[in-house]
Amino acid sequence: MYQIRIHGRGGQGVVTAAELIAIAAFNDGHESQAFPHFGVERTGAPIQAYARIDDKPIRTREHVYKPDALIVQDPTLIGTVDLAQGCHKDTILIVNSSLPKDQLGINFDLENIYVIDATNIALDILGKNIVNTVILGTLAKINNLISLEGLTKAIKQKFAGKDKSLVEKNIKAVTKAFNS
Amino acid sequence: MRQILEGSQAIAQTIKNINPAVISAYPITPQTHIVEDLAKFKADDKAKYTYVRAESEFAAASIVAGSSATGVRVYTATSSQGILLMTEVLYNIAGMRLPVVLTCANRGVSAPITIWNDHQDAMSIRDAGWIILFAENHQEAVEQHLLAYKVSEQVGLPVMVNVDGFVLTHTYEGVSVPSTNQVKNYLPDYKPAKGAFLDTDNPASFGAFAAPAYYMEIREELHDALVDSQKVLKREYENLKQAIPEVIKQSEKKAQVNNALIEYYGPKNPTTVLVAMGSLVGTVKDAVDEIENNAGLKAKLNINSVGVLKIKTFRPFPEKEVLKIIQKAKFVAVLEKAVSLGATDGPLALDMKATAKNETLAKVQSFIVGLGGKDITKKMIDKILVEIKKPGDKMKFINK
Repeated sequence: MYQIRIHGRGGQGVVTAAELIAIAAFNDGHESQAFPHFGVERTGAPIQAYARIDDKPIRTREHVYKPDALIVQDPTLIGTVDLAQGCHKDTILIVNSSLPKDQLGINFDLENIYVIDATNIALDILGKNIVNTVILGTLAKINNLISLEGLTKAIKQKFAGKDKSLVEKNIKAVTKAFNS
Repeated sequence: MRQILEGSQAIAQTIKNINPAVISAYPITPQTHIVEDLAKFKADDKAKYTYVRAESEFAAASIVAGSSATGVRVYTATSSQGILLMTEVLYNIAGMRLPVVLTCANRGVSAPITIWNDHQDAMSIRDAGWIILFAENHQEAVEQHLLAYKVSEQVGLPVMVNVDGFVLTHTYEGVSVPSTNQVKNYLPDYKPAKGAFLDTDNPASFGAFAAPAYYMEIREELHDALVDSQKVLKREYENLKQAIPEVIKQSEKKAQVNNALIEYYGPKNPTTVLVAMGSLVGTVKDAVDEIENNAGLKAKLNINSVGVLKIKTFRPFPEKEVLKIIQKAKFVAVLEKAVSLGATDGPLALDMKATAKNETLAKVQSFIVGLGGKDITKKMIDKILVEIKKPGDKMKFINK
């Protein structure tokens, strides 16, 4: 079972990101699960959401305490919340930042750190600082956990009924992150 | 077709395909996407039902009670404070033998204010005369709603399907929702019997005055009908398997026993049985498998053989089915997300102790977990497996 924990702030689409991962994995033929760390979600408050992927039905409902992948949507969370909780040496960390790896201020030991300037891509393509989908392009690129096709389809499913250009822009942003 | 959906969406789609004539709900917190989606289906002209937005849960329950009394299929959903406000009407619905189906998206109750999951709300309806089902996952929730209508309309009793608030309602996972045609295969249009509804050609009265000469007999009849409904629940679960295999085939493959009332997962004649209801069962199964696959942990916790007993039907309480599973066990740990404040044990544990008494030598102990949304971890389950072997059987709150 592969477990993902996403950290972000209320209003940044943290829950949607977890759901997109689960939908994408499901589209790829896996079993998956996504749920938020249910809270009173005020804009700007630190929040978490979780996703699990496996090849057999997922039964557990506990929060993700030992993530295999950790996504940080907002770099201001580094040093403010316990991102390191349960991380192991193979945990993949993906951070949205314009800074290089060694200047992020990450003080826990991880071998696999990926930095993506998702804010820049989001501002460029979406016209606002909503990075949740963009980072998923990086996740798809790093390992075979979810495919770009599965993710693209997931965006179409999740945003069905919304403005068509929004779907197109999100797919464009994800693809850009995937290719960068 | 199997899709990935939020629990609420899966239930809403199932209800849409079941096609009740009247749906009524109060739309404000504590409410779920279930009734939001059902309202949207109606607004988008994808559903035929009459959707009545009520001014409170009391009104919503009254509207479905009245509609059901006219002889049509009805639906409502609520949770926590909402179900407490409905309570008076819910007792009436059972007393009037109306086949109402209600989804309770389980949440804790105030005070202090909570919006998070536990089973305290459902327990407030425990003695009301409803058939009370608990679902472990989305697929089981879909199954149980189909079963609810089928049984309810046969036996003239209301059914409450419990799905853990947030833990199921707001979680995405794979699920098969049967199509309208598949539903029709199993659940024909509702045609109430003569005299079982308000009909000017066959006048009848509902919930009439009963003097002491009759009241007790009528209540005893209600109790007997509820107890007898176990047979119908079991039969209709088998019929559901035949009619719509897609919805059942994903249920726990390794289960030794699986019917409408219980599921048992584990070895034959286990030393220890963990008993739970709802979504918690999934975590318990994973914890037990983890121990089974980890010799070190198994030795450390001093575990012989552990099985997991899921209570799917809480009322009527399936004591015979339960007894078969725990008969030879030494330890029975009952994990539950509700308290009967001031009682010796949790509500489910009280039933378990009564079932075990004079029939087994097993020690039955009550463990309260996950109140108000506290996450229930596998570590807690490991801890309970150690606690259950200690002397004494006093109820314990497991906080971490």
